[in-house]
Amino acid sequence: METKKKLKVSAIKNGTVIDRIPAGELFHVIEILGLARGDFQMTFGTNLESKVLGVKSIIKISDKFFEEDDVNRIALVAPDAILNIIKDYKVVEKRFVVIPSGICGLVRCLNPRCITNHEPVKTRFTTRMTPEGIVLKCHYCEKETGQKNLQIISNN
Amino acid sequence: MKSLISINDFNKEEMLQVLDLALEFEANPDQPLFTDKIIACIFFEPSTRTRLSFEAAANRLGARIIGFSSLNATSVTKGESLKDTLMMVSNYADMIVMRHPLDGAARYASEIAGCPVINAGDGANQHPTQTLLDMYSIRKTQESLDNLSITIVGDLKYGRTVHSLLQAMSHFNPRFRFVSCPELAIPREYIDFLDSRNILYSHHSELEGQLEDTDILYMTRIQQERFQDPMEYERVKNLMSLDVSMLKNTKPNLRILHPLPRVNEISTNVDERPEAYYFEQARNGVYTRMGIITYLMNQM
Repeated sequence: METKKKLKVSAIKNGTVIDRIPAGELFHVIEILGLARGDFQMTFGTNLESKVLGVKSIIKISDKFFEEDDVNRIALVAPDAILNIIKDYKVVEKRFVVIPSGICGLVRCLNPRCITNHEPVKTRFTTRMTPEGIVLKCHYCEKETGQKNLQIISNN
Repeated sequence: MKSLISINDFNKEEMLQVLDLALEFEANPDQPLFTDKIIACIFFEPSTRTRLSFEAAANRLGARIIGFSSLNATSVTKGESLKDTLMMVSNYADMIVMRHPLDGAARYASEIAGCPVINAGDGANQHPTQTLLDMYSIRKTQESLDNLSITIVGDLKYGRTVHSLLQAMSHFNPRFRFVSCPELAIPREYIDFLDSRNILYSHHSELEGQLEDTDILYMTRIQQERFQDPMEYERVKNLMSLDVSMLKNTKPNLRILHPLPRVNEISTNVDERPEAYYFEQARNGVYTRMGIITYLMNQM
């Protein structure tokens, strides 16, 4: 007898499913990708069971496909995320996020004395991985901001 | 077109080229190479040594100087943005020397200005010309930059000259001793940097006993405002201060550097000793800045 897993968030015909988002980062991912201001259909679930994360969030966006640069921007808050590309209800491609070597205009510099917090300057960072997570080095003030202190700037 | 914003903007060869130029200028300081150039020295916060030595360097090179040393006489007091100020200044000058109280202001300036920018200090971030003059002083007194034992004392957490010196000297296989209290210890990111370069270092809580095999003793000022407890400041200050009695059993080539201003971390009875080099170090600033200006002008 065929058994079907019951979906907590309904399936989509075409579009992108972003899986394995840490439960607490759902709204950051929505913000980073500018999804709150789009006109596409979107459903999401949070605090769902996950073997990898314990609890996770998931976002399903109909008729929306992302550029690689956009996808990698969410690596800051959801480094384990997987994007499932859906065509006619089937997963045709799985994409893993990669932490980009540079981040532009997405995160605020933690240093209150940084020029980016005083003049209208777009923030720029280089990234490096440490045992404690991703660390961003400001292109301007050269100070480092750790993952725990990341403040996402609104996308649009 | 090249600017000097961070010490990392120069690779090892470029640093050595600047130091070689500085050596030539020390031997023959009056060289009017840039009589057709205008250098803008714009200082958004007070400075004596850095501003005067830049102006002396530019004068010795024959360049003409415009600029300001306080904000009172500028449109900044009317609310003009840094961007607009820089757009104007770069219309008038061939090179900009800038000091600014905010971290990262110099990098931002170099992206706006249509001419080379030299960072004369941006907040607590970088002061690369100080680092190059420190290197010039080290090479002059030790005859080489390679394989030196360097003891750095005082405020290793906030001292921008300390951080830049570590980065610059990392090209020359140094061995570092860090003398500080836990509150002012060297930040983790610089320890990670030294580890990545396999550079040897050790941590110490008092200066006494650290000088026997030291070649360069780099003293820095401990600022009282870093401490909440005034008693703690007094205790730390005493452990980090250099007195003439500590200069026994040291190497003959030991030299003491300090970016100045000094408060009381070097006793005045050290000033007459042959190891005391901090005032000559300040004089080297003019030759080094002549070297930096010349190097960058030649890149245009």
